[in-house]
Amino acid sequence: MISILQIIVTLFIVFALSRAIFRFRDKQINLLELVFWCLLWIAAGVVLFIPQATNPIARLLNVGRGIDVPVYLSIVLLFYLVFRLYVKLDSINQNITKIVREVAIKKKK
Amino acid sequence: MQKTFIVIAAYNEERSISDVVHGLKKEGYHGRNIIVVDDGSNDNTFKEAQKAGATVLKHAINRGQGAALRTGMDYSLKHKAEIIVHFDADGQHNPKEVKDIIQPIINKEADVALGSRFLSKKSDVPLIKRIVLKMGVVFTFIFSGIWLTDTHNGFRAFSRKAAENIEITQDKMEHASEIIDLIKLKNIKYREIPVTIKYTKHSMEKGQSPLNSIRIAARLIWTKFLR
Ligand SMILES: Nc1nc2c(ncn2[C@@H]2O[C@H](COP(=O)(O)OP(=O)(O)O)[C@@H](O)[C@H]2O)c(=O)[nH]1
Ligand SMILES: [Mg+2]
Repeated sequence: MISILQIIVTLFIVFALSRAIFRFRDKQINLLELVFWCLLWIAAGVVLFIPQATNPIARLLNVGRGIDVPVYLSIVLLFYLVFRLYVKLDSINQNITKIVREVAIKKKK
Repeated sequence: MQKTFIVIAAYNEERSISDVVHGLKKEGYHGRNIIVVDDGSNDNTFKEAQKAGATVLKHAINRGQGAALRTGMDYSLKHKAEIIVHFDADGQHNPKEVKDIIQPIINKEADVALGSRFLSKKSDVPLIKRIVLKMGVVFTFIFSGIWLTDTHNGFRAFSRKAAENIEITQDKMEHASEIIDLIKLKNIKYREIPVTIKYTKHSMEKGQSPLNSIRIAARLIWTKFLR
């Protein structure tokens, strides 16, 4: 029995996979990144249709249900991404300041 | 006399900047050496400073006091400054005390002179401000290992050597702590000089809120260990 949720998520995964492939073709991401995203989305698809597949991992990591593993992983990943974003923002800010300062001095001459 | 430049970072200070510039001129400083950095103000700060006869630089957008001071310092160094003074635009500092703060630099007793409102009894510091400032003193001791009486005072003077050596990277108010951190790190000779800070309704309304200090501390710790 396939649920509505599974259909929607499957469509999304197909869409995400195609995005990754297109971005690889346009050289916006490298091969390693492509492999990473493909594995991630394929894993998501496996978990979607066979939730029990995560149980061995759950036993290994000592968490209640297998489905909890991706939830925990997602939180860790989100923290990491927010951290990256903050670092990026910091360096963008520094660059903006550099330009503003340089223009101010050049204009004075 | 050594060539002294006074750098004033100003953000929306149209009401006070003119008096500040005139006050400094009355003490004998030429407009050529009074550098106002208008930090993307959305009022008439730029025009007021220019009318008062200062040398005015303009940041196209607001980048913070640290960034503006750095711009003013770069400009001053380029124009062969031998001493650089930081001075507030909101009228809290006393132009008559510039000669006191540059004294240790002229006498070669120090490369940085830091103003302290707690060394003289004349500043009427509001209680909350006093508490926050003392917390800043303790924070600085833990953060940089240097004990001062007043760590967050915007009135300072640098010798040319020190100005070249102390590179401010913090755009906003964190620069005050950063300067002290660099003094310690680079082993620069410093001196605290008593100064008077005037507290008016205008300056209190516009000044830094105590809550902002928490943000500042967090950012300092972040950049010290993770940048
Ligand atoms: N360039 C620049 N200067 C600022 C900014 N915010 C405050 N200032 C200036 O920094 C000085 C001290 O700031 P203030 O908020 O009064 O700090 P406080 O006196 O410690 O409460 C004043 O001369 C302000 O004009 C800013 O965003 N950019
Ligand atoms: Mg103030």
